[in-house]
Amino acid sequence: MPDVHAPGSVGLVKPAVMHFDQPLELECHRVLPAYELIYETYGTLNADASNAVLICHALSGHHHAAGYHSEQDKRPGWWDSCIGPGKPIDTNRFFVVSLNNLGGCHGSTGPASINPESGQPWGPDFPMVTVKDWVNSQARLADRLGIHTWAAVIGGSLGGMQALQWAIDYPERVAHAAVIASAPKLSAQNIAFNEVARQSILTDPNFHGGRYYLHDTYPRQGLILARMVGHITYLSDDAMRAKFGRDLRSGRFHFGFDVEFQVESYLRHQGETFSRNFDANTYLLMTKALDYYDPARDFGDSLDQAVAQARCPFLVVSFTSDWRFAPERSEEIVRALMAVGRDVSYAEVDTDKGHDAFLLDIPEYTRLLGAWMRRIANDLEARA
Amino acid sequence: MTDITEAPLRPDLALIRDWIPEGASVLDLGCGDGHLLANLRDTRQVRGYGLEIDQDNIARCIERGVNVIEQDIDEGLGNIANGRFDYVLMTQALQAVQRPDKVVAEMLRVGREAIVTFPNFGHWRVRSYLFFKGRMPVSRRLPHQWYDTPNIHLCTVQDFDTHCRKSGYKVLDRLVLNNDHASGLGTRLWPNVFGEIAIYRVSY
Repeated sequence: MPDVHAPGSVGLVKPAVMHFDQPLELECHRVLPAYELIYETYGTLNADASNAVLICHALSGHHHAAGYHSEQDKRPGWWDSCIGPGKPIDTNRFFVVSLNNLGGCHGSTGPASINPESGQPWGPDFPMVTVKDWVNSQARLADRLGIHTWAAVIGGSLGGMQALQWAIDYPERVAHAAVIASAPKLSAQNIAFNEVARQSILTDPNFHGGRYYLHDTYPRQGLILARMVGHITYLSDDAMRAKFGRDLRSGRFHFGFDVEFQVESYLRHQGETFSRNFDANTYLLMTKALDYYDPARDFGDSLDQAVAQARCPFLVVSFTSDWRFAPERSEEIVRALMAVGRDVSYAEVDTDKGHDAFLLDIPEYTRLLGAWMRRIANDLEARA
Repeated sequence: MTDITEAPLRPDLALIRDWIPEGASVLDLGCGDGHLLANLRDTRQVRGYGLEIDQDNIARCIERGVNVIEQDIDEGLGNIANGRFDYVLMTQALQAVQRPDKVVAEMLRVGREAIVTFPNFGHWRVRSYLFFKGRMPVSRRLPHQWYDTPNIHLCTVQDFDTHCRKSGYKVLDRLVLNNDHASGLGTRLWPNVFGEIAIYRVSY
């Protein structure tokens, strides 16, 4: 059992829910008449509201980024290694906001929420939401929290795309942006993996066209498969070899199709755990948001022109063994930012942990992020 | 602005600073801990980036608020457009790159002018070390043994002059300093004998 009250932890935290009545126009030309966003905050907002940091989550993330919900929690929030007193995103100095995105399944309005028009869960009728839509909804949350300008918007993977989009769409509201293990758009290979994940859900007999809630079931097998294939892309070949090799569970071949290799056991376990905690419709939506992401599209397919909208300094971080969003993809962002003269620092962290590295406590990575955040905090406090 | 108390620049770096006008755009190859770029930003309103591969240095640059890009100079500057910068600097790294000739050419492709510094292997003490001891020179400035030195392409002032002439580069400025980072009668008359550090400003 972890120490819920350890000095580097934000301790026990409670999510809050913000209700929005102002309709939100979406990129897909549909309108969400009303919605709720669940979020958590850590630290204290200063008098001029200049020390707020927004954390944007990745595909399967949510609002619970740091601390514990109860004394009995086995694990802290998903980015507890980086958020807390004295940690890289130092809650003694920053007011950290972390939310569950629209379309999510952890408390914000999503496919499992009740559609007020039908009185039934939205299911497949929930509108397609994009990174731009998320940023717009996050901007409204900022308004309600009294935050005009974020000291930093930070995200990894799909979260990094939100950070980049924030800097492009709201240049006057973002003082710094950190884009970690991300890409300026998905490659055909990325989309292909997402499509395999979606097909495994869509073809599960328990999917019921997305209305599985009404049948009191869910596409368990589809979700398991989707997560298994996703998980392979989050790890590196080296990390898998180091963790499992060709180890057998029982030490000998059984010449059957049950779990024999440790890696099979691990993937099934990951898939099963995930399927119990994640909504299939949300998974479909999030993967589509990834596929659609391409900020250059609004600017004649020029990434340079897109990032030229941004005004803030950037931190871009990639990981050597990440093949889902390889360092070259981060370097595309860096190249564009340099081409148009934006402030940017870039580091390629040496690790065998693959795409997952952005969630882990890798000393070199934590130190860089810490140095960057310290600089921001020092500048803020010097100005105050 | 910053909580890092900035030490004064090393004399050779201070000389380089004096060549760079207000508001210039600068790329610093092998920018180290970002000291020079931070100084140029604070004293000259220079906008710039440093390229660096050492993680400790990258962290120090970030802490200083200096733009630093993790990039190996030996892999070229292909990600940077022609003429993107006013000045491209490389201090004390020429001798450590795989192909110094290609790096200088790249510097002049992406920059209007290139400023390069290197240890002069023609210095009399280097010559006498080799002459009298018959062994690869080891000194305070070049402290490594022949087998572990990162300095794989040492050259002399005369070598670099010849290279510039052959490549069609204009030498706009040349400063040769002795080991006290000063320039005197000796370094002026016989730069290739009395100069320990050479600083060049070149263009096409």
